[in-house]
Amino acid sequence: MSKDFSVHVEHITRVEGHGNIVLDVKNGKIEKLQWNVVEAPRFFEAMLRGQQYNELRPITSRICGICSIGHSLASLKATEDAFDIKITKQTAILRRLAIHAENMQSHILHIGYLVAPDLFGVGSVFPLVGKHTDTVMKIVKLHRLANEMSDLICGRTIHPIRLIVGGFSLVPTERQLLHLKNRLAEAQDLTKELAVVIQSVADKLPTFTRETEYIGLTSDSEYALYDGVIASTDTGKHPAYRDYKEVINEYIVPQSTAKYAKHARESYMVGALARFNLNSTQLHPVAQEVAHMFRLKPLTYNPFMNTIAQLVEFSHSIEDSLLLINSLLDQGIKQEKPVKPVVKAGRGVGIVEVPRGILVHDYTLNSKGYCTKANCIIPTNQNHANIQLDMEKLVPEILTKSQKEIELTLEMLVRAYDPCISCSTHYLDVIFV
Amino acid sequence: MKQKPRVAVFDFADCEGCELQIANLEEEILDLISFVDIVSFREVMKEHSDSYDIAIVEGSIMRPMDEERLRGIRSHAKILIALGACATMGGVNKIRNQWMPEEVKKDVYGDANLKGNELFDVFQTKAINEVVPVDYYIFGCPIDRDEFKSVITAIALGKKPDIPRYPVCVECKKNENICQFELGAFCLGPITRAGCKAICPTHNSPCEGCRGLIKKQDTECVKEVLERYKLSYEDIRRRCTMYNYGRKECSYDE
Repeated sequence: MSKDFSVHVEHITRVEGHGNIVLDVKNGKIEKLQWNVVEAPRFFEAMLRGQQYNELRPITSRICGICSIGHSLASLKATEDAFDIKITKQTAILRRLAIHAENMQSHILHIGYLVAPDLFGVGSVFPLVGKHTDTVMKIVKLHRLANEMSDLICGRTIHPIRLIVGGFSLVPTERQLLHLKNRLAEAQDLTKELAVVIQSVADKLPTFTRETEYIGLTSDSEYALYDGVIASTDTGKHPAYRDYKEVINEYIVPQSTAKYAKHARESYMVGALARFNLNSTQLHPVAQEVAHMFRLKPLTYNPFMNTIAQLVEFSHSIEDSLLLINSLLDQGIKQEKPVKPVVKAGRGVGIVEVPRGILVHDYTLNSKGYCTKANCIIPTNQNHANIQLDMEKLVPEILTKSQKEIELTLEMLVRAYDPCISCSTHYLDVIFV
Repeated sequence: MKQKPRVAVFDFADCEGCELQIANLEEEILDLISFVDIVSFREVMKEHSDSYDIAIVEGSIMRPMDEERLRGIRSHAKILIALGACATMGGVNKIRNQWMPEEVKKDVYGDANLKGNELFDVFQTKAINEVVPVDYYIFGCPIDRDEFKSVITAIALGKKPDIPRYPVCVECKKNENICQFELGAFCLGPITRAGCKAICPTHNSPCEGCRGLIKKQDTECVKEVLERYKLSYEDIRRRCTMYNYGRKECSYDE
């Protein structure tokens, strides 16, 4: 079919940050197809130079409003790695709760406010308030719970306060934890009800597949989020965490202020679907049920299913949080002081799984505890090349559709990755290709 | 009935956390949209309109292309509100202003040839009011949700929003917290604008000054607090690097 048309989406909506989609078709042939990141660069790594170790966490938290807890934890792990600080068992449990809270908050925001409007054929969540009041209220309730859980564990959901080097500045009381536990138990039923609603419109998710590599953390003891070793669906485990650059090879392209990354293939994917593909057997039973509802099995090569993998993880996070709270209550929660660091020169690397995938903070500190070099590797950067290659396979498959449908499908593809673009625009140690 | 004011939300260089705070109002957003029409809000809606009365602008200005976009927004809006620390004062984005743009670029991009690429054409970080006039300010990193509601409500009703001019210490004392100085921390509460309910000290963490500095800083009571802990006014000013780099005082109070 011969046709000429262009799709230029400037500042794609319902994603975090600024990205453009450019598609030019002439005589039915694709002349140009690009995923461009146009966000203003923010130079965080340069700003960290010269900062004292205690300041690194609050500053890097400001890289991203949505995953500020994740950045905080990666930052603390890097600093604690440099100083050889061993955190207490209680801190390790509370930090896992913090990461679950953020995962839940970010996933439900994406599923409910950013993706659901496409599945219901509207432009935002606002028109759904009148027509699908019950579903919207379920989403709002789950979002509120996740945020209040973050508030309780971290002091604030955006830019946490209580997370500090060596531990917590303040911890929740037993009574607060009991209250949270009851609310989480109720939320599990709500999540199942929401899954039924999403299932009823899941046929709107395109059935597109492209084989690619998936990278994430993995652990023998749990579905890895806070701790684990880097693993790939192509090459298996890479336990030497300080050598993360052997797996994550970043490079720059001129149409983007964010870096791109590759490993065994031309691109790879990180995030909920990558974690599911790597670690699905470690999900708790309720999450397994949700996966089963959508016939989600490893390896799933359809990027649109990332949203479903998020729903599965949401359910897992509730279940795991309930177990973590039980163990805290069993051992008794104490207002313990943070472990005091012995300041020394060295390098520290912190790696965590945040909602959008694997996040690395890498600091070099001098003998007085000031940062001399910093590198942060952001999940969304690692997905940009995969988005581009998905588009290149997807567009020829849908060229016979209307321009409007093509535009919507491309937007939905970008949204499926839940990109966090403001996060992704900073770099250091650049290798040009 | 009078038409509802049309509101548009825009963002520049930042973490989008302040916009997220709006989303985090949860069901209270429904109250808000009962008296304002949100006509553009890229982070959560596909619809967009260039016809609006109130523009809420988040983020700092880094490049000529951003300045141009901001001027366009200003020309459409009757009222412009700067949202959050990055917009109101440059925030953490100004930390890099202690070096020249060429220096940070080299630091971050190495020897890459970025000449002529407008995406990378950065100047020193600017707050919104360094480019266009700003009518109202909502401070904080992130903003406080309750303050956002009360400021927007006041503006929609044609009233002047009530923003505190006193220091964080006032709210901190009200919360019956032990002073951070007493606990051995260095807190910017004595010279930072209140309105955050002293949230950081209340969670046992010192104030970082994210709401900007109050006008009257060098007062006897600030000196008295500092003297008690053997610190000088210069010491506290030197600590103001995270949010208040290069700023002498907050210039928003008339």
